Amino acid sequence: MPHKTFFAFILPSLIAMVLFIALPIVSVVVQSFHVEHGRILVQVESCQPFGGCTTETRVDTAAMAELREEQPMGRFNRFGTYLNRGHLAVDEIGAILANNNGIGDIVTRIYNLPLYKALAFTLVFCFVVTPIAMALGFIIALAVNTVPKMVKGPVIFFSLLPMIITPLIGSLILYWMIQPNGIIGANLRVLFDDPTLSLRQSPLLTWLSLLFYGVWTNAPFSFVVFYAGLQTVPADTLESAMIDGASRWERIRYVVIPHLAPLATFVALVQLMDNFRVFEPIVGFSAEANATSLSWLIFNDLSGDAQLFGSAGATSVITIIGVIILLSPVLVRTWREFNHKVV
Amino acid sequence: MNILLKTTVSIGVLCLTAGAAFADCGIEGTGSVRILSNDFEALRLINTTAQECAADGITVTANATAEHKNLQVPALSINPAEYSVAVVANNSIVPLMNDDLIRPLDDLVAEYGADLQPNQLIKIDGKTMAIAFMGNAQHLFYRKDILDQAGIAEPKSYEDILAAAEKIKADGLMEYPLAASDKPGWDLAAEFVNTYLGTGGEFFAPGSAELAIDNENGMKTLETMRALTQYMDPDYLTFDANGIQAEYKAGNVAMMVQWGSLAGDMLDGEGAAEGVVENTVLAAAPVINGGTTPAVALWWDGFTIAKNISDEDAAASFQAMVHGINPEMVAANPTVATWLVKGYEPGPNAVGVIATANAGARAYPMQPYMGLLHTALSAELAEYMAGSEDAAQALADVKAAYDTAAKEGGYL
Repeated sequence: MPHKTFFAFILPSLIAMVLFIALPIVSVVVQSFHVEHGRILVQVESCQPFGGCTTETRVDTAAMAELREEQPMGRFNRFGTYLNRGHLAVDEIGAILANNNGIGDIVTRIYNLPLYKALAFTLVFCFVVTPIAMALGFIIALAVNTVPKMVKGPVIFFSLLPMIITPLIGSLILYWMIQPNGIIGANLRVLFDDPTLSLRQSPLLTWLSLLFYGVWTNAPFSFVVFYAGLQTVPADTLESAMIDGASRWERIRYVVIPHLAPLATFVALVQLMDNFRVFEPIVGFSAEANATSLSWLIFNDLSGDAQLFGSAGATSVITIIGVIILLSPVLVRTWREFNHKVV
Repeated sequence: MNILLKTTVSIGVLCLTAGAAFADCGIEGTGSVRILSNDFEALRLINTTAQECAADGITVTANATAEHKNLQVPALSINPAEYSVAVVANNSIVPLMNDDLIRPLDDLVAEYGADLQPNQLIKIDGKTMAIAFMGNAQHLFYRKDILDQAGIAEPKSYEDILAAAEKIKADGLMEYPLAASDKPGWDLAAEFVNTYLGTGGEFFAPGSAELAIDNENGMKTLETMRALTQYMDPDYLTFDANGIQAEYKAGNVAMMVQWGSLAGDMLDGEGAAEGVVENTVLAAAPVINGGTTPAVALWWDGFTIAKNISDEDAAASFQAMVHGINPEMVAANPTVATWLVKGYEPGPNAVGVIATANAGARAYPMQPYMGLLHTALSAELAEYMAGSEDAAQALADVKAAYDTAAKEGGYL
């Protein structure tokens, strides 16, 4: 295709990407460098239905309007928001490293800082859920590939169900099932003979439930892609392997898996990206006490009585950087292969 | 009979008896009334009543949504504002005041507010900024039958509640006699604010945004909150107000501090186990640490009128809302809320709120930076409540989180 035709072809998508992806990201980055103007406070009398009148503090809105007129973006804060306790917590970590009672103490105290706590769960979620979900998806794909044609349709449909259900609804369904009087929760109590067992109460069990949910909801995507890939495995290679006396496992190990390796890279890429933004299960499971994620931090900054746009912006930028770091090994590899082919 | 049916019937009766008011409520000229409110029964009722004012040249629309707090500031910032009326409470009026988005109502009150009582006028800096129409507070709900079996009188303080819970558990009457809305987030922070108010402490150094909860009162508050959890279902960290309502209705709980606005639902008894409703007593919120102030915050709900709208729309909106809270509507729906309207005869559901207010409970603080503290509490108390952190560390974390947010918000 001539360059000009190619360019004309992708121009609409390019414009859409700039408008809806690049510009918002720029705006978020700019936002993250700003904080609110210093508020000008005044004391006024406030009277309420009960309790009569008291002196209370108010923001002087007229004076604030003038400030905003001059600098609509707020005060420029450089990297202040990134370095504060809510984000990278540079001062706090410095203090912890300078004065502590050993490694255990350092880890506990760093884990107590919001961003690191969220990052810990986010990374565990990424690196536990992605490989397990991929393996599970692969196994399902192999199984479905061998079932008789007649039942294939229904089996595929049911394997895809977790992906079809909206994440929030899916997590709520599982959440209700693990309640002490839900079907899973009640059975676990009987099984372990422990009437106080509660999946929602202990941090470890909450994490395990969330990871289980992650695998359950992520596996269908891997399954679909691997199943499609399985249809392209060359039949003659498989046949010759069989003639050479390869067992079923050896055929999978030496023919199917190498054939699907590029697909696995693609699936890993997409799943890592998705899992790094884990959010819905935390809300659905009401797990905020035991597990938070970067996306949940952003949500928390933007909801409530007082919204912190700069803080949410900084966390968003940190999330974007996190995704880039996660993907960089794969990106570098793709880039090398691409260069290799050109040369 | 369910509440919806009751409401429909009472609105029907209202329409028949107050025919003149129904046709139009006497709004002169033209105007557009656009109401934004939270989504619960009393507010839906007011919205429906205000919509009766629709007539030639007067349109009335209402959006009742639980997302109202997130919508109101952007929706009222534009000119003309998306909504002409914002229904608010002690805490949600603050962001509107901070950004100067609502107008003083004194001239409207003088012209159209003959039915309003003086204590309905929320005056800030001498100007009426909102018209309150209902009060609300958390207060004690308890099971008389269970307490009688354990031989315990009505608990008046958190110390009484702890002793009663211990006795009930020891007697084998109930495994988890207590419940509280301790779900991390807004609910857990509200529990802290409630309990701390009962200690008589101030949240901030006078006249500044400097946090002042790192003291004996703060420690006592946290210790009490955690002591209560020994007698709660192990899942207490996932229960919000609706969660504990369901547990109580199922007959699993003997005492809880719950919203007055949910008392109507409780007495209605839908879905409740046998014996729960008949034995439920509503009482004033408990005191703490030998104090006399109930350890809860008093709340009011009221309406405000947007600044960025035309004077005609403002006048029409004010009149429609005054009609929305008219005494006939309140007389027809006495159990829906604890109304602050003229002629209101409190029903059985309002006993707890009124007892709490009469005992001198303090209002939820309205400082512009209170929202930041609420958010800091909601994120930082969970670990303490789960038992993985001590109280001093929890208070230090709250202070650190609040300071960070207050610096970014421009208050420190």
